[in-house]
Amino acid sequence: MNLLEMNHIVKEFDGLEVIKDISISVKEGEILSIIGPSGSGKSTLLRCATMLERINGGEIRYLGERAAYLGGDGKPVYPKGQEAKRIRSYFGLVFQNFNLFPHYSVIKNIVDAPIKVQKRARQEVYEEARALLKKMGLSDKENAYPCQLSGGQCQRVAIARALALNPKILFFDEPTSALDPELTGEVLRVIRSLADLKITMVIVTHEMAFAREISDRVIFMDKGKIVLEGKPEDVFDADHTRIREFLGRYQRG
Amino acid sequence: MSFSVMLEQLCGGMLKSMEIFFLTLLFSLPLGLLIAFGRMSKNIVLRTVIKVYISVMRGTPLMLQLLVVYFGPYYLFGMSIGGSYRFTAIILGFSLNYAAYFAEIYRSGIASMPVGQYEAAQVLGYGKAQRFVRIIFPQVVKRILPSVTNEVITLVKDTSLSFSLAYAEMFTIAKQIAAAQTNFMPFVVAAVFYYVFNLAVAVVMETLEKKLSYYH
Repeated sequence: MNLLEMNHIVKEFDGLEVIKDISISVKEGEILSIIGPSGSGKSTLLRCATMLERINGGEIRYLGERAAYLGGDGKPVYPKGQEAKRIRSYFGLVFQNFNLFPHYSVIKNIVDAPIKVQKRARQEVYEEARALLKKMGLSDKENAYPCQLSGGQCQRVAIARALALNPKILFFDEPTSALDPELTGEVLRVIRSLADLKITMVIVTHEMAFAREISDRVIFMDKGKIVLEGKPEDVFDADHTRIREFLGRYQRG
Repeated sequence: MSFSVMLEQLCGGMLKSMEIFFLTLLFSLPLGLLIAFGRMSKNIVLRTVIKVYISVMRGTPLMLQLLVVYFGPYYLFGMSIGGSYRFTAIILGFSLNYAAYFAEIYRSGIASMPVGQYEAAQVLGYGKAQRFVRIIFPQVVKRILPSVTNEVITLVKDTSLSFSLAYAEMFTIAKQIAAAQTNFMPFVVAAVFYYVFNLAVAVVMETLEKKLSYYH
């Protein structure tokens, strides 16, 4: 069964279609990268999947459960209450600009949602959070505040925060785009270590070499549509004008 | 009248002034938040009503509002006023007025929060109420504290408007003594009292700001 299914998704902003009938699916343990030029709709697609944007067409399913669909009146229908809570618990999202809670310490950022939202036992959550911080190489930052950390450290905390809720699938929205070049490496290393653990991930990224190396499958998007989809080498080496143009711009810098 | 007797009377008045001050804060701070929610409501009727309310409260003199609250029940409904209602009217008038100002301060603070904070909380599964209480509001408090300090300091001085309802707080007493004794001294003492009280208010607010300066 597919962990995530997005079928015929349409999204428009003020009548302008930015996602034009896109369907994707993600299996358990799979790592999918979405690449493409700015404005191609990749981040919007991710925001639709994480229910931060409401779709204008199509349906979204997590583990076969319907998470969003178009009702009879043409308006999108989203689950409410406990059902919404359950569906949200299936996924986690790492933002481009982290969105850590500045008034909480590093450890509090990580433990607050598991304790207050999932109502899990305090002690167990703290132990898990400390283990996560260790994995992120941030054990000494437990009591620091986000404003005292570098961008790369903030993003690693944000990843730990998302993981603490034990999502079945983790989305990354350009996780290194807000970072100085010398800080991207540490974040990519962490994501790579998650890949080794077979955590299901969907990554929107501009790091081409990284996407090629880490992904099981790559989607190349342009102007709200999927242009190419397949194994990394099939997409990156494809003899296709649009992707050659796109990658060419990258190589020239 | 000796200086010490005058001082004693003014001190008694100061306690009344402080009572107005603290009670007004106690009621107007939470009420302001409720009004701010109404002002930001999706319901256009509620939003418009609140908007008019805030506009009237800010657009007319507080002294006039106090008079309306005090005498209104008599002229409108023939209710008997006086006695303990005088004090109630003062607290009501001040609270309704200050809540309007606080509402706009809350609203500006809430509106200034980055949308990413809401989104992060939403994705992490926080419900709407939890999200506001745990994530948004604590940060709003830090953002609005300087504006709140301004209002609080103004409130200390505004308590003197109670003289318009002849309520015996400090300023009313100072005026009475000054008139009866043809003496300027009560005003000087009153000024010192207000100033010292505001100094204390400023210190408290500054301490609060420092307490919240552990992050930015």
